[in-house]
Amino acid sequence: MSTGNMNLTLKVWRQKNNKAKGNLVDYKMSEISPDMSFLEMFDVLNEQLINKGEEPIVFDHDCREGICGACSMYINGRPHGPKEGITTCQLHMRSFQDGDTIVVEPWRAKAFPVIKDLAVDRTAFDRIIAAGGFISVNTGNAQDANALPIPKFQADSAFEAAACIGCGACVATCKNASAMLFTSAKISQLAQLPQGQPERYRRVQSMVAQMDAEGFGNCTNTGACEAECPKGISLENIARMNRDFYSAKFVSEEEV
Amino acid sequence: MNANIPEGELTGKWTKLRSSMPLVNPANKRSIEIIIVGSGLAGASAASTLAEMGYKVKCFCFQDSPRRAHSIAAQGGINAAKNYQNDGDSVYRLFYDTIKGGDYRAREANVHRLAEVSANIIDQCVAQGVPLAREYGGLLDNRSFGGTQVQRTFYAAGQTGQQLLLGAYSALERQIGMGKVEMFTRHEMLEVVVIEGKARGIIARNLITGELERHFGHAVLLGTGGYGNVFYLSTNAMGSNVTAAWKAHKKGAYFGNPCFTQIHPTCIPVSGDHQSKLTLMSESLRNDGRIWVPKKKDDQRKATDIPEEERDYYLERRYPAFGNLVPRDVASRAAKERCDAGYGVGQSKLAVYLDFTANTERYGRIEATKHNIHNPDRETCMRLGRDVIKEKYGNLFDMYKQITGEDPYELPMRIYPAVHYTMGGLWVDYNLMTTVPGLYALGEANFSDHGANRLGASALMQGLADGYFVIPYTIGAYLSKELATKPIPLDHPAFVEAEASVRGILEHFLSVKGTKSVDFFHKRLGKIMWEKCGMARNAEGLTSAIAEIQALRKEFWQDVRVPGEMNEFNPELEKAGRVADFIELGELMCMDALQRNESCGGHFREEYQTEEGEALRDDENYAFVSAWEYKDDVKFELHKEQLKFENIKIAQRSYK
Repeated sequence: MSTGNMNLTLKVWRQKNNKAKGNLVDYKMSEISPDMSFLEMFDVLNEQLINKGEEPIVFDHDCREGICGACSMYINGRPHGPKEGITTCQLHMRSFQDGDTIVVEPWRAKAFPVIKDLAVDRTAFDRIIAAGGFISVNTGNAQDANALPIPKFQADSAFEAAACIGCGACVATCKNASAMLFTSAKISQLAQLPQGQPERYRRVQSMVAQMDAEGFGNCTNTGACEAECPKGISLENIARMNRDFYSAKFVSEEEV
Repeated sequence: MNANIPEGELTGKWTKLRSSMPLVNPANKRSIEIIIVGSGLAGASAASTLAEMGYKVKCFCFQDSPRRAHSIAAQGGINAAKNYQNDGDSVYRLFYDTIKGGDYRAREANVHRLAEVSANIIDQCVAQGVPLAREYGGLLDNRSFGGTQVQRTFYAAGQTGQQLLLGAYSALERQIGMGKVEMFTRHEMLEVVVIEGKARGIIARNLITGELERHFGHAVLLGTGGYGNVFYLSTNAMGSNVTAAWKAHKKGAYFGNPCFTQIHPTCIPVSGDHQSKLTLMSESLRNDGRIWVPKKKDDQRKATDIPEEERDYYLERRYPAFGNLVPRDVASRAAKERCDAGYGVGQSKLAVYLDFTANTERYGRIEATKHNIHNPDRETCMRLGRDVIKEKYGNLFDMYKQITGEDPYELPMRIYPAVHYTMGGLWVDYNLMTTVPGLYALGEANFSDHGANRLGASALMQGLADGYFVIPYTIGAYLSKELATKPIPLDHPAFVEAEASVRGILEHFLSVKGTKSVDFFHKRLGKIMWEKCGMARNAEGLTSAIAEIQALRKEFWQDVRVPGEMNEFNPELEKAGRVADFIELGELMCMDALQRNESCGGHFREEYQTEEGEALRDDENYAFVSAWEYKDDVKFELHKEQLKFENIKIAQRSYK
């Protein structure tokens, strides 16, 4: 069952470290099963490289079920490959044809420097969250959970924004390498909940400031981020963030 | 073994202890450093809470961000004794269900504390902005999970773990932003530094540069998760490993109940040898999915072509009271029994059906009534019902379709049991301290609350209970006596020695230049473990497994091939260290399974079963926690912690 009949040519970005220059290297793959996941195909390739005494390809991955956000391959010019609504680890070889040539690159963005091969540094996202992507409530300060009813549509909408997995596909696909979809998803989740109100305007200002400081680009409303987001995070979140950002300038009494 | 359980009535133990626990004043907290390894639910909640209290915290994770810890993948939900559904739930009932679900092999006092703090967890998470599912009235919704007859499970679609972890992660990032927590991502702990019998720090490897670093702490907390990947194929993330816990074990921390592993009944079956991991389909699906196999052996018909009367809903047949919602160990064994008897479905015949048709139609009928459609035809019901199912489990159905290429809205899912969770872990006392003073274990990394079988939606509860509500209090008992301890210089001989030993191991892996990859050995270990220490075990199999694993260990150290260098980003080198530890652990698991001459929960010894094939416990001789001590050269010595059941009458577990 393990072997199949697909033959493929891979062109994979190899880069020794963040200082070295990288280049695309060709690999021929044969007997690939359509039931394999894309990353399992890379496991097979790496096993072959190790057996030949070559260095395996480094790529980020962990849960392999589309929720941790670690995997991050730019496949044939699209983050997470040709299918919509999934991450690289959920992509299966049945989505390709026998004889295909597949180009695999790392995320490309100044704020996501390459560490090695296909692995990039996405800690900029953590710093954006650290700047304000939270509600300031220490452990032990909470009231009874049902003391604060939240309309279902509002809770659902917050949940949809909160479904972001922080993979960075939005940045990778954006011609400006903008992190607005990521940043706005967190801002929007908290702005729609009553718990998020006290820090609403402070939050949007600090997070946007951090986003800019990290070197991400601006938004020009192309919408590629929404189209490529594996979790379907909506552009509406960016609109909501912008609205709050401008409002903050007028209504907020605190300087951030 | 002394578990340091407080004196007094069960219901008053925790409150009393909490109020009498020594405190550390704010000025002193500032000079006390705590190391936390792992940033999942347990690690992140502990790190943020301890930092909020004023301690200096250093937190380590091997992932590129704390948000990617494997807690993120938990799907179904989190239990809490809120009784919001007015269905008779209470702290006592959650406590009782958990003890019974664990087949009477958990500590009463710990489990009662867990049930007590469960309600606080929900309050805390909602305050953080975690968007749990709600009803139209704006109040929180609940659903049922296995092994219970009340609805006490809180959830966020099929992504509860993600939402709870992101809540803990944002609390952690807040402390990082405030400079109270120093975060080390892409760092792996490779040794505990013990000085004069106390845990005083760790050796960690920076995974990008490959450098080894020394870190001091007045206490070291491990929230490093479970060891299901010892089986190679499991629902755990690829990076989940036992290394931190195992290094602690080798430095003196006893390992509790290593053979207690949870095989989850509803996972997507293996499709081929290339398989790198298995994917869980949440237990919440058993709320609305009915499990069945054909009544006829080797039935080749399509599932939808098999008429109702020719289907065997074997869980409903065998366990009428709990039906499809029996605990995981029971459901897994029942699936194995049917498949072994020749009734399995799919190409491999190692699968059973999980069918949503009946409940889709039922929901559709309710929806039709809501919309004033009278006498709706079946098609209308199915169409309306499908929207309800989609809202409840949409992401799980999508995930299933993506992996198998089949549409679960049209055909029933095919599922089979897979390794999911490990109840065993580092032995800890009531305060969550291991047998090494100053070294603590939290969440799945410890053995404490789930006995021989964990109930669904209890892992998230335990991880957050330990991190938010238990350790912040209990650690005071230890740290209040450490106020005079000044930070120990990093050139102390214990640090130097620990680093040298880590370096020696890594250099060895690179120098072997053998013929087989790390994965090759890992797969072989997994096969031995699954076949001989998996869903069913027997003395003969376990004895031969131990010999096979010993031989495998020898071969691994002599013939593994690890490419690349030490001072670079080298995932193969990371894997080599983890697999080396898994091999040693695998042997201990088999030893533990072999000494436990009884069946309980997930530990099913074929020699010990009732006439109906249920687990047969031996309470007279085995009502203890096995706590293994590491001896030089991969030898182990068994210690026992006798379990006392003073509040629950110990009985044959029945779900009939």
